[in-house]
Order: sequence, then C-alpha cells, then structure tokens
Amino acid sequence: MKGIEFTANPSFKAFLKARLPQLAVFILMLGGYLFTIMAGLLGNPVGSTNFAIVFVWIAWWAVLILAAVPLFGRGWCAVCPIPLPGEWLQRGAVLGPASPRPTRRLLRWPRALRNIWLQTGAFLLLALFSTALLTTPLVTAIILAALLLAAITLSMVFERRSFCRYLCPVGGFIGLYSQAAPIELRIKDKAVCAACVGKPCYNGSASGYGCPWDVFPGGMTRNTHCGLCMECLRTCPHENIAIRGRAFGADLSQPSARLDEAFKSFVMLGAAMVYAAVLLGPWGTLKDAAYRIGTSGWFLYVMLVLALLGAVLPGLFALVLGPRGNARQFRQHFARMSGALIPLGLTAWIAFSLSFVLNNASYIAASLSDPLGLGWDWLGAAHLSWQPVMTGILAPTQTLALVAGVIWSGSIAKTSAAEARVSSVPVVLYCALMALIMLWLLL
Amino acid sequence: MNRSELITRGLVLGAALSAIALPLAFWWRVPLVHARMAEAGGWNPAVMRATVGEPLHLRLTSDDVVHGFAVGHLDTPAVDVLPGKVSEVTLVFDEPGTYTYYCTRWCGLNHWRMRGTIEVQGDQPATVAINPPLYVSLGIDLDADRGAQALPAAKPVADAAEAALEAAPDRYRSVEYYRSHSPASVWQDLRAEAAFQDLDDQEVWGLTARLWRSNASPAVLAEGRELFAQNCAACHGEQGAGDGVFADNLAASTSQAAEHSPDQAASMIQKPASLADSSRMLAASPALLHGKILRGGMGTGMPSWGPLLTDSQVWSLVAHLYSFQFEYR
Repeated sequence: MKGIEFTANPSFKAFLKARLPQLAVFILMLGGYLFTIMAGLLGNPVGSTNFAIVFVWIAWWAVLILAAVPLFGRGWCAVCPIPLPGEWLQRGAVLGPASPRPTRRLLRWPRALRNIWLQTGAFLLLALFSTALLTTPLVTAIILAALLLAAITLSMVFERRSFCRYLCPVGGFIGLYSQAAPIELRIKDKAVCAACVGKPCYNGSASGYGCPWDVFPGGMTRNTHCGLCMECLRTCPHENIAIRGRAFGADLSQPSARLDEAFKSFVMLGAAMVYAAVLLGPWGTLKDAAYRIGTSGWFLYVMLVLALLGAVLPGLFALVLGPRGNARQFRQHFARMSGALIPLGLTAWIAFSLSFVLNNASYIAASLSDPLGLGWDWLGAAHLSWQPVMTGILAPTQTLALVAGVIWSGSIAKTSAAEARVSSVPVVLYCALMALIMLWLLL
Repeated sequence: MNRSELITRGLVLGAALSAIALPLAFWWRVPLVHARMAEAGGWNPAVMRATVGEPLHLRLTSDDVVHGFAVGHLDTPAVDVLPGKVSEVTLVFDEPGTYTYYCTRWCGLNHWRMRGTIEVQGDQPATVAINPPLYVSLGIDLDADRGAQALPAAKPVADAAEAALEAAPDRYRSVEYYRSHSPASVWQDLRAEAAFQDLDDQEVWGLTARLWRSNASPAVLAEGRELFAQNCAACHGEQGAGDGVFADNLAASTSQAAEHSPDQAASMIQKPASLADSSRMLAASPALLHGKILRGGMGTGMPSWGPLLTDSQVWSLVAHLYSFQFEYR
C-alpha cells in the first residue's frame, strides 16, 4: 500500500532539497550541542539543575522517544549535530558541491563489523554507566564530547557516516524502531533506478553528495539505515525519490533475518525493564548497586543485567519458539520472529520515558532560566521548585501503551508466524509476559 | 572556493566558537563560591580577601547537598546555600583580621570541617586579643579525667531553694565564682556551710542549681538553647545524651578507622560525649566547658568553636549545658 506522498507537493519538496534551511538547523543544533557540553563542564554539578543533564536526558530524550522515533523514525538523525563536523571535514565543504576528487583515500568500514553489534555494545556500555551519565553533568559532557570526537575521527579514516551507521549508541535503536514509524523515504519506480547511469544517489553528483549512510536508495526496503538526510532527493536526476506517509510498522511485515538486529530487540526491551527497575523502582539495594560504580555490588549488577539482556530474554524466546531445522535455520527463524518484539520494545520505552519525563519535566524551565548555573533568571523560572507534571495520566497511558504494544507485536507475530508456518501464540504469550513485567515495574 | 561556501564556513565556525566562548566568558566573569561536603573538598575557594569597610559581595552555590553560610564573629545572618541554586550575601567588616566562615547546615559527618577564612585588610593592623581564655588563666587541664564524687539522687530543681539562696554567703553569687567552680565542688562547699546544716543533700543540690540559674537569664538560656540546637545537637543529641543523628556514624567511622590504624584509635573521632552524664558534667566548671567549646576536642571530632562563636555566645551555650543537669523552672 502506498501512502500519501509528501514530496508530491513541489514547494515542500523544494524546501527539503534546499540546503540553506537544513544548514540553519545544523548550525543551531551544533551550537546547542557545543553549548550543552560547555554547560556540563562549567555549570553546576548538581544534575537536576544543570542544563546538560536536564536538556539531554529529560528534554531531548522526551522529544526523541515520545515523538521523533515513533512518528519520524530517523527524524532525529536528520538533524543530529554529532556527525556534522566530521562529515564537513571529510567532504572538504560545508555547503559547496561534492569534490570530484576526494582529498584523501578513505577506507571502507570492515566487512566483519558491518552490523549493529558495536552499536549494541556502545549502548550497553552507556546503559551500565547510566546512573553516572544521567546524573553527573561532567560525565554527560565528556560523553557528548567523546561522541563528537569519535564521529570526526571515523570520518577521517572511513568512508561516509561510519560512526552513525556502525557505532552510534543511539543510532542502533533509532534504526530498529524507525521501522515502526509511519514515514518512509523510498524510490518511486525500480525500473528507473535500474536504468539510471552513474547512480548519483549513491555516488554523488554536482547536485549533492552520495548517500552518507552508505545505502543505495534503489534497493532500500526498510527505514533502518536511512538517515533522512535528503541527499538522494537532491541528487536523483529522475525525481524518483519520494517521502511518504504510511501505516505504522509497515517495514515489520518483512522482518530482518539478521541476528544483530534480533539481539538489539532483546537488549532494548530488557534495558527498558532495567531502567524502570533501577530509576523508578523502590528497591534500594538495586539502586545502590547500580549507582556505586566500580564496587563489587555494581559488578554483580552488571553481570545480572548482561545475563538478562543477552541470555535470559533471548533464551526464553528461543525456548518459546521451540526447535526448527538446523542451527542456521533456527537462527533465521529466531531473528525473523524476534521482529515482533520491536513494537513492544518501542511502547515499553515510551511507557518508561513517560514516567521519567513527566516526573522531571519541571526542571526544564529552571535550567533554561539559568543554563550555566550562574544565578541568572532569564525566564523568571530559576527558582521554581521540582514538581511532577500531569502524573495523573501516567498509569492509564502506560497501560494503554503496553497493551497497544502487545496487540501490535501480536499482529506482527501473526504475519511472521504465518510465513514460517508456525503458531504465533507462543510469541504473543512471550510479549504479554514482557508487557506484564514492565507494567508491574512501572505501576 | 566560492563565496557562499566561504560565508557558510564563517557562519559555522562563528556559531561553534560562540557556543564555546560565551559560556566560558560568562563563567569567568561570574565567580561563585562553591560549597561541597567536607569529604568532597569543602568550600572553594577556602581563602578569600576583603577590605575593612568595603562590601564583599558573594554568590554562593552548593555542588551537592544543602549547606549554610555564616561568618564567625560577624552579625550578618546565615544564608542557605542550595544545590544548583545561587544565594547572595554581602559582608561588611569593621575590623581587620582573619575571619572564619563555615557551614551552618548539618551536611554530613564531617560538616564541622567545612570552614574557610576571609583575610580582612585595613588601615590599622589587626588587633590580637591578649586576654587568654579563662581556662588558661585558671590552669585547667581540659583533657584530665573528671568525675563528681557526690551526685544528686534526682535532677535538682532550681526553684526549690529560693529562700536558701538569700542565706548563702555573697561569694557564691559572683560570676567569677560561678565560672571557676564545678557544681560538685560548690555542693561540697555549701554542704560544709553551717547555715545549711538543716538542709538534706538533695536540697543543697537544689541550692546549687539555683545558684547556677542566677547566672543565666532567660535570654541567655534561650540563646544557649538555640546555639546548641544549631551547632551541637546533631552529635550530642537534642537532650545532650550523646545520641545525635550523627553519633552512630561517628562511632562507626572510628571503629572502621581503628581497624586500619589500631595504634591511633584512641586519638581518632570518638562517640560524642554525653552531656547528660551527671558525674562528668557536675564535675565540670563553666570555665572548663567554655574552654572545651573554644578549643574543641583535639582529635576527638569535637570541633573548635572559638573562631565562630563570640565569647558571650559560648557562655550562653555553657549555661544551657547545665540545664541537662538542673531543672531551671
């Protein structure tokens, strides 16, 4: 089913193709990113009042998980400032046309690492230190600066946006969940791409750069690796690229058979549970263990989290699926069926983030009033005290989100199970169990 | 390179540099005094400078928990220093010298270590008090073990001996006598007085209590009570029983440290003294308690209050300490 094509509107398409509006957003985002790093380094070290903590982990996170990812997929990646300096240096230009001769020879990303295992590892690494990351401005500033430097370094060594595609700890799950978004960038006609000489959408032309995400749009069937950077819209000489609205979760009807993406589903679902337990739960011992980084309690916490995310959840799923053919066939079956967890994972993160964001949203106005913690009061809100916002809607909204997640996951499981000629009931029961655990943790 | 690319690069570079330089400039131009728990470094800066008569405007913030800021021997009221917020205070010094500023909120086990100094310069050199504390003049050894030989059967009531007070020789009623004698020694002296042979032991204790109360007006006792609640109760307990909220932590800290350095265990932080202990307190003269408060416990965890409290405040505090022994009705 082809949904509404936004780029059919000539004015809107021209707006998307124009570089200046995008550049203005980039400059704003990059300035904001650098300011956030400075606020983390120089501002008050009290997390709840530091702009870096409040803006990144409350405001940005709310926008990302509650709106950007569910509605626009990789919409955040389209404006993310992290890869910009590296990309500009790599191209040798900010606005100008692509250089016909690259200034240096760049390497292809190693074949063995062309997957999202590194992204999953990077996400886990941050998640295990998240109690420090979410509360200590200095740590947040250092991580933000490190991400920027890593992106620049990789851009100097490897082709295109290798950082975004293979290392960014956020990009991995955004890509996974972007398959559920009701928006897509696709070609209009395969035959046009097949006949196209030079493939400028991938190789670049005077009109724009070759796909920074190392994707050939002509063969793209899922949102996972499309960063919505609009370069192919600019370079396609046949106007064969369209941005369309579509049904939620359209990509999930053709699930990936990749094990790295399958494990990402389990890691994300399990991480939502761990975050809910540690950050929102009443268990002091667990909180202590998670917060006291470097202690024996923390190491035990790390082992348990890794066991839960990497062995217990996927192991239980494997048990639920039951045996199927040889090992290779089982891996493919396992990976395809685990695609059903994507909607539930997304709704679990939405449910968790609602608690986190509504309980802490009141910090935003105060930190905007005094972003560097110097005693300013730009908006007259610097002295507002903490108070939860609209927490009355939490329980019903979270319940609704998780129930919707189970139904959505169930429908995906039904499609995948029909293709595999197996029953979807075990997967639906697995999803229901995960949702119940999540609900218990949240309520 | 075409012109638009050049302008764009300028814009990007300008935005990036502004985003870095502006916060840095603001941060440099608006210095803050940072308060942290003593374990994390205490005050920063720990030494400040001021000039007599010139207002010293300070902007204070806490990097961790709620702290308070006050300057010893200065009338300026204490201000709270809240995490992530900025408090302001303006100090004016009339005399040159070295002033101690300190935390006024019980922020942690080592709260009392949160101190810094303000060096105040003036036209005149700083004057140094030449009067030694009373305990020095009297040659009292603050650290000697003491215990009252005679103790009251019940908490002596000051009002019970109103008539007897009139019969007591004048010397008992002088401030000097009060400050230099312990209640136990006064009781011994009164017990030996012919005029009080008709009184039983408890009535003589009542008379002693009455003598103590005559040296402490209600205003003095109120001030002492307030000072005690602010500065002493967290360790010594609200009723002086040595059971304040930090008492257990201090004891635990001592035993933990003692495991590592058994030889020095005796000189480490100890459990706070019980001010409700009659044997100890009735054997202590006001001059002795005054000295202990001024000097501190020398390694026991009892801080030195001399740089913070005025002499008059210390005497008020001493007067209040005896209310744990005497009923001042």
